[in-house]
Amino acid sequence: MTQSPLATYQPEQRALALIGGEATDTNLRRYLQGIPGIDAVGLEARAADLGTRSIKTSSKRWAIDTIIGLIDLTTLEGADTPGKVRSLVAKALVPDPGDPGTPRVAAVCVYGDMVGAAVTALGSAHAAAGETEGSGVQGVRVAAVATAFPSGRASLAVKLADVRDAVAAGADEIDMVIDRGAFLAGRFGQVYDEIVAVKEACRRADGSMAHLKVILETGELNTYDNVRRASWLAILAGGDFIKTSTGKVAPAATLPVTLSMLEVVRDWHRLTGVRIGVKPAGGIRTSKDAIKYLVTVAETVGEEWLTPHLFRFGASSLLNDVLLQRQKMTTGHYSGPDYVTID
Amino acid sequence: MKFLDYAPAPESQALLSLKSDYGLFINGDFTAGRGTPFQTINPATEQQIAMIATANEADVDDAVAAARHAYDGVWSRLSGSDRGKYLFRIARLVQERARELAVAETLDNGKPIKETRDVDIPLVAAWFFYYAGWADKLDHAGVGPNPASLGVAAQVIPWNFPLMMLAWKIAPALAAGNTVVLKPAETTSLTALLFAEILQQADLPAGVVNIITGDGSTGATLVNHPGVNKVAFTGSTAVGRAIARSVAGTDKKLSLELGGKGANIVFDDAPIDQAVEGIVRGIFFNQGHVCCAGSRLLVQESIHDDVIDRLKRRMQTLRLGDPLDKNTDIGAINSAEQLARIRELSDLGEQEGAERWSADCVIPENGFWFAPTIFTNVSTSHRIARDEIFGPVLSVLTFRTPAEAIAKANNTPYGLSAGIWSDKGSRILAVADKLRAGVIWANTFNQFDPSSPFGGYKESGYGREGGRHGLAAYLKPAVRTGSRSIAAADHRTLSVSKKSASAGKKSASAEKAAK
Amino acid sequence: MNRLAIPKTYKLYIGGKFPRSESGRVYEVLSHTGDFLANAAKGSRKDARDAVVAARNALGGWAGATAYNRGQVLYRIAELLEGRRAQFIAEIMSCEGVNAAVASAQVDEAIDRWVWYAGWADKYVQVAGNANPVSGPFFNLSVPEPTGVVAIIAPQGTESLLGLVSAIAPALVAGNTVVVVANENAPLSAISLAEVLATSDVPGGVVNIVTGSPTEIAPWLATHADVNALDLVGAGDLDWVELQISAADTLKRVLPPETGADAAAPALNRILAFTEVKTVWHTKAIL
Repeated sequence: MTQSPLATYQPEQRALALIGGEATDTNLRRYLQGIPGIDAVGLEARAADLGTRSIKTSSKRWAIDTIIGLIDLTTLEGADTPGKVRSLVAKALVPDPGDPGTPRVAAVCVYGDMVGAAVTALGSAHAAAGETEGSGVQGVRVAAVATAFPSGRASLAVKLADVRDAVAAGADEIDMVIDRGAFLAGRFGQVYDEIVAVKEACRRADGSMAHLKVILETGELNTYDNVRRASWLAILAGGDFIKTSTGKVAPAATLPVTLSMLEVVRDWHRLTGVRIGVKPAGGIRTSKDAIKYLVTVAETVGEEWLTPHLFRFGASSLLNDVLLQRQKMTTGHYSGPDYVTID
Repeated sequence: MKFLDYAPAPESQALLSLKSDYGLFINGDFTAGRGTPFQTINPATEQQIAMIATANEADVDDAVAAARHAYDGVWSRLSGSDRGKYLFRIARLVQERARELAVAETLDNGKPIKETRDVDIPLVAAWFFYYAGWADKLDHAGVGPNPASLGVAAQVIPWNFPLMMLAWKIAPALAAGNTVVLKPAETTSLTALLFAEILQQADLPAGVVNIITGDGSTGATLVNHPGVNKVAFTGSTAVGRAIARSVAGTDKKLSLELGGKGANIVFDDAPIDQAVEGIVRGIFFNQGHVCCAGSRLLVQESIHDDVIDRLKRRMQTLRLGDPLDKNTDIGAINSAEQLARIRELSDLGEQEGAERWSADCVIPENGFWFAPTIFTNVSTSHRIARDEIFGPVLSVLTFRTPAEAIAKANNTPYGLSAGIWSDKGSRILAVADKLRAGVIWANTFNQFDPSSPFGGYKESGYGREGGRHGLAAYLKPAVRTGSRSIAAADHRTLSVSKKSASAGKKSASAEKAAK
Repeated sequence: MNRLAIPKTYKLYIGGKFPRSESGRVYEVLSHTGDFLANAAKGSRKDARDAVVAARNALGGWAGATAYNRGQVLYRIAELLEGRRAQFIAEIMSCEGVNAAVASAQVDEAIDRWVWYAGWADKYVQVAGNANPVSGPFFNLSVPEPTGVVAIIAPQGTESLLGLVSAIAPALVAGNTVVVVANENAPLSAISLAEVLATSDVPGGVVNIVTGSPTEIAPWLATHADVNALDLVGAGDLDWVELQISAADTLKRVLPPETGADAAAPALNRILAFTEVKTVWHTKAIL
């Protein structure tokens, strides 16, 4: 495929070129409504079909290690403390004390005020900002939820301050929430502008940028058509990742929702040559479920997406189930919860 | 290793214990056929699975006689609720032995295990379950009060959905009170014979269902047999035509489910990713061995390139290979003969100037295989746009307006199925109204359900299978003493036998003479 | 002095017009006593072909009309027939040799038959259609639709008017268009009925009436690829098995001959015999 000229554009230029004007409500609505709709029955049937893939033996082994390396190990509780975060980080670095060969997770994901604690706990294992994959031992990143997570109901100034705080504290990645109220009310321009502003707030003093994940909170958007439009909107505005959910609203990530977002990412790549990441978050608890996501990624956008730069699982309990499966594959017999650690 | 190569995940054959030879199932027992036995092979390996008996004329006589005897002596005297109970038993036994049947079907037919496991066999059970409940409710079947069964039904089924077609035929026939002689297709007799074992487990009275195997001549002998009252055939239009000729002038009630060249119409406002899935499901499901396949893609010109690009990308993820592997999407072509036909028509497509493209697939060394293929730049006059290929080959045509789409979709002697893809409900309903096809799928394709009537317009045959209409195909109105008054006119039989017609002829000329 | 009567020229009825046979042929229609009544057009295979073209052209409009409208049009035929009872009674008496009471009873029954079938137009779909409870997120509906162009060999026995009406009315209910070969010996009421049809609201081409020899014309209709169904109700004296065999070439729907007092009796099944059940699936989801 020849590289699209759109690939060389800055996000703002690209958006303006695509929507054919300023990012106003009217222009964005016209653009987003021109995107083909989704038939929910067909989407869910396709997701279910992908879910029937049978991943065995060597493929399963690869899948399990890959899943671990794609996890954003998450704690997002009002009760979080530096101690809890230290424990999480320890688990992130050594998921299975019984098997030092176990890969590290991709990142830890915490509230903004816990970023400092996470960075400290990681120490030299903290991935350097801007580090690319494949440069030796994988560092663990720190992701911070921000922008008045999970509801996003605060002034823009407060949201941006939230972001700047987290970036200043050493966050490598910012997981922002979109203003679902504005989106559902049709104020696409406002949603767009906010993402652009948050993206700018991700800029560090040295000019480098924290990666921006845009949480759509698909459970509140309700329809697949809304998810698809919000995905396009988030990508147009410059998001590096699109993420399903905060984990605080049910339903969180589902396979059909994730599939619909992957289709947007695939189409964006066809259009611009640019690769956008996808992060299903919340509700993925078993390795069996996680493998269905790997299959869906591989068959929708291609397996080159199965890297931490382009795909993540936002999860907490998933890791232990995957470790139990990993132990089963290593030893040949079933393991139990006493043989994996709680964080 | 690439993840997408997925390590082999073969379904176990351990629960399947096959015999080396299978006889005919007549009057409740297996018996050796008097014709020359033939081998049934696994089309994915060309290895023999078992030897199958051939029923000669005497065997057909025996089977029809057994069915007649069972009809007169047992089945027509049984209460509807008891008939229903037998069908419920069969449904449950099919569910219990579902995995075994799925494996056997995949071995014998070549279709992927994921389809036999998730589509064919579940539908077999559903079909029996659905019609079981009808057996004691025939007054509501739509043919008037106290409808009568027809007698002995001769049923000839194709190789593309062997056990499912058996269920489509046997379940309504038995529910309505008929007995059955069924002939499976020559290349796919195996699951019908396993089904005969299920009938033994269900303790179905002897002779109610008889299964005779053999080639086309056995089928011809059966449908032409003077002892049958109903003929139901699913298969090619050519054979259906021959059957329609052969039953002309007889009392036999006929239903035919024949070929198709279904149009799958994609409008520019279609939900595009689902439409692509629907195109794939429409033509590559069951290797395209589907009479209602969406074998003609009619795509609006403005989105043609985009749709084809997406379709090709999607086709690259189709996995062709060992049908028993749970990840296989495209299995083997059922027979060497069918493969030759697909090749011949595809080569013709190229000669006619259409542009051929096939997904990259590693074709196994043994067995019969054909890579998923699409033809673009196809004109309505091309053979590949008119003839049923019955394989994984899609012909792509374009249209500019809904009127043109409808005209092109209907421009075929067939009329079995069609698909419509659009986000605009009012347009879907209006287009569906104008399509001359018996089954229309809007924003979906190749869906089947026992409650949903299925069957064609025009040369795709007549009669319906499934639903209340499918039941009516095995019933006739209660015999009433003749009154032509409007008050009595509700449901009455319209078929008269050749004999009674000529009797009428005689009386008419007698009348004339009297004048 | 008695006024000299003006006899009618009996012609074909094709596409809403009254042409002579393209062959120029006529045949004598005799009364029951053997007296000359009229020269009826002796339709040819080309007339039959023209009639099929007319029927095909009229199909879209008639099948596409609302059921309510079709019902009213068929009822309108009854109204006009009622107004011309005397003419039909006279023709039947002269052709069939029955007395006025018998002829009158036949005309009345023919009128009532139109009324009965007219009432079905907006009901048969409800009786023969189904909403189907499929196990999945789908809206699924089966409805009967007209088969298309129906060729009919009208009953050839006595009761020429009633036989004709009994054969064509049910096919018209669903929206089929018809080509009918009239009663050969008693064609007068068929052509007079055509005059009723032409002056009622039945669109031209919906009913096409060819007089002449069924033996000669029927094979052309049975083999015609643009005929969708064949009603052999009045073909008992023809080699109707051969006609049915010919019809199999294009898988036409065929109804066999009927004889006796019960022939072509009014029945819902006569309507449904010329319908095709169409099942439409549509996905159903709120997301």
